[in-house]
Amino acid sequence: MSRNELVQLSAAAAAAKLAAGEVSSEELTRAHLEHIASTEGEALDAADRSRGTSGLNSFLHVAQEEALATARGVDASRAAGDDLHPLAGVPVAVKDNIVTRGMPTTAASRMLEGWLSPYDATVVAKLREARMPILGKTNLDEFAMGSSTEHSAFGATRNPWDLDRIPGGSGGGSAAAVAAFQAPLALGSDTGGSIRQPAAVTGSVGVHPTYGSVSRYGAIAMASSLDQIGPHARTVRDAALLHEVLGGHDPRDATSLKDPVGPYAAQAAEGAAEGGLRGMRVGVVKELLDAEGIQAGVSQRFRESLEALRAAGAEVLEVSLPNLRYSLGAYYLIMSSEVSSNLAKYDGVRFGSRTLPEDGPVTIERVMAATRAAGFNPEAKRRIILGTYALSAGYYDQYYGAAQKVRTLVMRDFEQAFGQVDVLVSPTSPTTAFPVGEKVEDPLAMYLNDIATIPVNLAGVPAISVPGGLAPENGLPVGVQFVAPVREDARLYRAAAGLEAALEAEWGGPLLDRLPSTESLISARTEGAAK
Amino acid sequence: MSDETLSFDEALAKYDPVLGFEVHVELNTRTKMFDAAPNAFGDVPNTNTTPVSLGLPGVLPMVNRTAVESAIKLGLALGCEIAPVSEFSRKNYFYPDTPKNFQTSQYDKPIAENGSLDVELEDGTVFTVDIERAHMEEDAGKLSHMGGAGRIQGASYSLVDYNRAGVPLIEIVTRPIRGAGERAPELARAYVAAIREIVKNLGISDARMERGNVRCDANVSLMPKGADTLGTRTETKNVNSMRSVERAVRYEICRHAAVLDSGAPIVQETRHWHEDTRETTSGRPKSDADDYRYFPEPDLVPVVTDAEWIERLRAELPEPPAERRRRLKAEWGYSEEEFRDVVNAGVMDQIEETIATGASAAVARKWWMGEISRLAKQREVEPGELGVTPATVVELNQLIEKGEINDKIARQVLEHVLDDEGTPAEVVEKRGLAVVSDEGALSTAVDEALAAMPDVAEKIRGGKVQAAGAVVGQVMKATRGQADAGRVRELILQKLGVEG
Repeated sequence: MSRNELVQLSAAAAAAKLAAGEVSSEELTRAHLEHIASTEGEALDAADRSRGTSGLNSFLHVAQEEALATARGVDASRAAGDDLHPLAGVPVAVKDNIVTRGMPTTAASRMLEGWLSPYDATVVAKLREARMPILGKTNLDEFAMGSSTEHSAFGATRNPWDLDRIPGGSGGGSAAAVAAFQAPLALGSDTGGSIRQPAAVTGSVGVHPTYGSVSRYGAIAMASSLDQIGPHARTVRDAALLHEVLGGHDPRDATSLKDPVGPYAAQAAEGAAEGGLRGMRVGVVKELLDAEGIQAGVSQRFRESLEALRAAGAEVLEVSLPNLRYSLGAYYLIMSSEVSSNLAKYDGVRFGSRTLPEDGPVTIERVMAATRAAGFNPEAKRRIILGTYALSAGYYDQYYGAAQKVRTLVMRDFEQAFGQVDVLVSPTSPTTAFPVGEKVEDPLAMYLNDIATIPVNLAGVPAISVPGGLAPENGLPVGVQFVAPVREDARLYRAAAGLEAALEAEWGGPLLDRLPSTESLISARTEGAAK
Repeated sequence: MSDETLSFDEALAKYDPVLGFEVHVELNTRTKMFDAAPNAFGDVPNTNTTPVSLGLPGVLPMVNRTAVESAIKLGLALGCEIAPVSEFSRKNYFYPDTPKNFQTSQYDKPIAENGSLDVELEDGTVFTVDIERAHMEEDAGKLSHMGGAGRIQGASYSLVDYNRAGVPLIEIVTRPIRGAGERAPELARAYVAAIREIVKNLGISDARMERGNVRCDANVSLMPKGADTLGTRTETKNVNSMRSVERAVRYEICRHAAVLDSGAPIVQETRHWHEDTRETTSGRPKSDADDYRYFPEPDLVPVVTDAEWIERLRAELPEPPAERRRRLKAEWGYSEEEFRDVVNAGVMDQIEETIATGASAAVARKWWMGEISRLAKQREVEPGELGVTPATVVELNQLIEKGEINDKIARQVLEHVLDDEGTPAEVVEKRGLAVVSDEGALSTAVDEALAAMPDVAEKIRGGKVQAAGAVVGQVMKATRGQADAGRVRELILQKLGVEG
């Protein structure tokens, strides 16, 4: 098989070919590594990584040798007839805020430049146990704070549909890597939509599992009560397969659930089958249907998705979540409060980078201050300052306390809605990918992008984003989000796979078949710049 | 420069002291409060750590169940209500002794609240101290400031040892203690002693103050006599011996009184105690507005204690030390003073065991407070650490009662036992120390002594019976002390035809 054919295989298809001996893990892994090399682009300024590259810049570190070594090991075991995990030998990428032994973990921050973790995150240990070659670490907004991946200290990741646009964030690296065939699967983290919104704007699939169903041990904390690790993939079934690897109780995470894992892939298969959505009650969230600032093409594709759901046998109803409009405010208080505490450990004393004061005495306080002034970007500082203020004595009840009450109300809204319907549906993001630089100076506009994803994190319920087509006005991907009750992740896969199958039947194939060649985009852009 | 102080008597004449204590107890759990790193003292710095206790990126805490059980037991022992749901919070502050720049502690939902403790002073007076709360938290690492005066100011650099970071602590907080008057310093010492005794008795802490297992922050304020509003307090930090607690409280009472007499206000602050100069010095100003930005620890779920668990732990509690003392004193029939001496000598457990092994209460006390305490002092150890077992004491006593040895020989036998020569019976056998009861041999020895001391014999015959002691001494010497001195005296008088 050619390199292009190999990288375009879904994880499920690749796993089948590996099992059948039609392709080796080494060939498969090498194809991905070569494709990464030809799509990442050249550094725009060798002395300043923050300028990014001429290409996708979705990887902060490529672990070529380790990935190939794992692949060869799997091939040898397979030849010896050993029992292997179904995904053994299928490569995967890991978001760089998830710690890995033997390769750097930076959270895309100068603060952790040069730091090597002495331990693996639980999810990484699970990937290693399944013997999935880890291709490398993907780019993100610094400490996962942002919706565009422009806030990376190591340059923005670009959207493979249009290199002048953002790939979403914070998990723009993982989403772009998956959408652009650099990796069939990737890990992400989702605190306010950081898996789902990038999935939506890159035409890929992203899942926020039920809070506590995937271990957070080793995920660099942003906002502990909202953070959740989940899968990025190109198909619903692939996401389900990776979710089955990642899930399960972890004795190192006190918030980890003891529920059994799955069956997600089986539910996805049932949902995709003829009549798989028959009788399913799908609730359209009224408040998100005509949300302020929603792009016409997003709205149009979303309504077409509803038609597809009806055609597949689902019953589509309208439901109301009246407290949803308070979500954004509550989220920004809770998130920033937890951020202000979680990011306190980055002070240059024990690990990571250290900056000495430019002049004056070198005292511990001054070294901490200088390190934090130099190590954090403006977005991180903005959130730390907001959170510090919200937790201050005398303001706690007014801000953090009130936000927690809103959180309870949002949870109740979801519970009530799930009394009437099986799953909820909405556009994932009100707009398609915006141009790089457009909102970076306007944090409020950036925050509004997460209006549909944030309530999910507040309530801890599972949600998925699947491709809903391309917006007619600009040809960019639109995402459709399904939300299920807590611990009903399997139902999510069933619904999403049903819509995916229905839409792909209409389109005559996966949306990503229409993705332009990244190499061509890069050369067009480089030539454009040369003129 | 030293602060002005009033004499203690002057201070007490004008003011009523009010005390309050925050005692931190380090638990002796195998692992730390929130991770699997060993909880051990004295190891090479930074070896008892895991990524969790170093606060590395990505780590999460897990609550140590044994530490929670220890906290529940202590709460029960202090008569507290155990919260069905308690919670950990983060106390945020930037200082390199906490690797995360926050300490995980309990804030508004502690595990135990509203208890009380009867504290007994040396003369038996009992003060009831109200306990506000006992909560769980983690210890900080240990900073060593190098260069300068060992303080962070003026140090050229500081070293940090995270072996202690994350060690489980229980902090016990009292309500304000009024009415102790002149006995306030004594009460301070007795309170800390009582806490130490309770945690040792529960087996939840090694309670070694010199290792910092028990650390006391002492709050002192004064009210003018007759007043009813609490004065401004100072908090003297980390007073780490019972003697220092007593002295620090006394010092602060005298210092506060001088400040108040001068018309100046007391500055609310932390103070440091210096054992060398026996003074406190000003630490950092402390106000209620210190902002630690507490909020519930989002990485942990609340600690839920069901009634069944609490009752099981209650059933496992050992007898409280004060109750046990009352019981033993009554059972043994010791006087107030005798019993207090036993307690102060630290041999109550040994006496209890000796009695259980078969000695009478009087015999047990005679040995432990007598010869064993003397030997311990001589060898500079605690009586309990000398190595004398209750079985040895019982055996020695049986040998005396059977007449095989006398008291004096018994003391020698004990020393030989301690030198690992065997059991008392074995020592008597090996060294031939049994009393000389052969009348013939004894009679010969008396004859020889009288022959050697004709002038003394003459005095005795002349009625100076008390002179017989010299002859007895000579006989004892000749028999290497193995004769029964009473019998020797009888024989002397008999042979000289004198009535005893």
